[in-house]
Amino acid sequence: MRGYLFTRAWQSLLTLFLATAVVFLGIRALPGDPALALAGEDRSPEALAAIRAEYGLDQSVFVQFGRFAWNAVRGDLGTSTRTGVEVTAMLGTALPVTIELALLAILLATVLGVGAGTVAAVRRGRPAEWLANGLALIGLSVPHFWLGLVAILYLSVSTGLFPASGFVPFLDDPVANLHHIVLPVVILGTGLSAVIMRQTRSSMLDALGTDYVRTAKAKGLRPRAVIGRHALRNSLIVVVTIVGLQLGALISGAVVTEQIFGLPGFGKMTIDAVFQRDYPVIQAVVLVTATAYIGINFLVDLLYSLIDPRIRVGGAAA
Amino acid sequence: MSVLTVRDLSVVFRTETGPLSVVDKVDLSLDAGEIVGVVGESGCGKSVTAMSLTGLLPSSANVTGSAVLDGTELIGAPESVLRRVRGREVAYIFQEPMSSLNPVLTVGRQIGEVLRVHEGLKRRDARARAVELLALVGIPSPAHRVDNYPHQLSGGMRQRVMIAMAVACGPKVLVADEPTTALDVTVQAGILDVLRDLRERLGTSVLVITHDLGVIADIADRVLVMYAGRIVERAGVHDLFAAPRHHYTAGLLAASPVPGEHAGTHRLREIPGLVPVLVTQPDACTFAERCAAAEDDCRVQEPRLDPPGGSGHGAACWHPVRQRRGAAS
Repeated sequence: MRGYLFTRAWQSLLTLFLATAVVFLGIRALPGDPALALAGEDRSPEALAAIRAEYGLDQSVFVQFGRFAWNAVRGDLGTSTRTGVEVTAMLGTALPVTIELALLAILLATVLGVGAGTVAAVRRGRPAEWLANGLALIGLSVPHFWLGLVAILYLSVSTGLFPASGFVPFLDDPVANLHHIVLPVVILGTGLSAVIMRQTRSSMLDALGTDYVRTAKAKGLRPRAVIGRHALRNSLIVVVTIVGLQLGALISGAVVTEQIFGLPGFGKMTIDAVFQRDYPVIQAVVLVTATAYIGINFLVDLLYSLIDPRIRVGGAAA
Repeated sequence: MSVLTVRDLSVVFRTETGPLSVVDKVDLSLDAGEIVGVVGESGCGKSVTAMSLTGLLPSSANVTGSAVLDGTELIGAPESVLRRVRGREVAYIFQEPMSSLNPVLTVGRQIGEVLRVHEGLKRRDARARAVELLALVGIPSPAHRVDNYPHQLSGGMRQRVMIAMAVACGPKVLVADEPTTALDVTVQAGILDVLRDLRERLGTSVLVITHDLGVIADIADRVLVMYAGRIVERAGVHDLFAAPRHHYTAGLLAASPVPGEHAGTHRLREIPGLVPVLVTQPDACTFAERCAAAEDDCRVQEPRLDPPGGSGHGAACWHPVRQRRGAAS
């Protein structure tokens, strides 16, 4: 296990390094000069040169990367070229928003998806399955930005049940925080739950047809025990995989939802940074996203081995 | 004293292409401590018969007839009654011990589950009983094995776990559905020993379902031969091997290799044709199309087991094999 963790950590660092390097070089290949963007009206060569010198843009890409990497290791991600705010501070305010949104949405999606998927599999060919399948189809095919707009229109603007946009940090006012996040969580979560529902349903159908489920029935277990203890647990591998992938995607890309509901989250920060050629922020975004993916993947692998004893991380057979 | 009495048991499956008759008017009885073998080819309805007893068939199966276990009618009984019967009064061992055990639960937990649901044992007590049961079925160092997962055990050990699970609540009837088919020959003998031993010690009646005549010869007291959903011959094990009366039974025996001077030098005789898939059961002998001794009457009237009922040697055949074949069992 220790050897496995060591290998894993080493691989993670390499992945982080490569991801950062590729993006670092990649954004510099994009058209558009940050110095020009920063200079505003005053585009005299002297002003541009001063800006380039200030941000180190006059040095070679490799020197720039080396400096960035060294600073990043020490916890300094630089300052935004746009606002002059420290990037770590920006992450400090944006990440909690996105993490709260992502975790609540994925929780809702998992509960809904696994529940509906199980019902659909167990009640195969009956109205409950048609209902679950129909809802899932709607969830998959209706774009959630549209659903978000409709929700804002009817639940916020005309009835005033929920705030249409904005965010209140949880520690400042928990009730207001939840009040603001309910709509985005529901919109995002129900959309994701459709995918989880479809996957749960098909892997539950497989599990319900297995010999060990027949054994469980032949033992005289109640349907609840047969389904919950025997069939569902064996279906969870698929669910965990999907949830892991979705969570990773959510951390980096709840962009549309954040934009619609005016949440000052990570996705919004990313979009703004890209449009404004804010190099330090983009680099930090990539670093955080890659770290999130690596962390989530690691968690998913650990969960696999908890669910299924045949899978042992590190290949060490128990 | 009969523990289980089955009369006129029929099973029809509703399928997308119409009804399918799988079991037809099966009669069987099982005495206390008796081992009865049910033999036949794949698809002859022997497993379906066994599953139908405790309502384990999918809802597309329509089961009619009667199966009385110690005074309780099982066919058509409510699910709550059947759930109490399953695992406690009638327990099953299935063919493939790897896939029949849940891969994500320890064997101790899977054995303990039966005790917890039927005898209300607490988790710790159930575990302690599971260790005893593993010892009973001959698993070495049971206190260690109880925490193993199925993939950590060999095929033979897994089947022993299945047996331990099946006998946990001391069932009256143990249904062993192809218990040795997936196992090595040497391991097979061990499993059959365990079954025999359990019969001696616990007085359990065993219904052994198999296509393997060797298993039947080894373990059964009486034999039922099934063909296309019907029981075509019923006999004591020695009578069946010494003097089969139904031509299907005779064909099965002729298709089995016999050790001796001809071994390896002459071809085994196969039964020509295939087992029919029946939409409805005809009023005729279903084996007639493949039978060398079939005459016109075989195709117009269904032969019933003669003598009917009881446990004497009987065959459902209008022109039974004459008693001259002396094949050794």
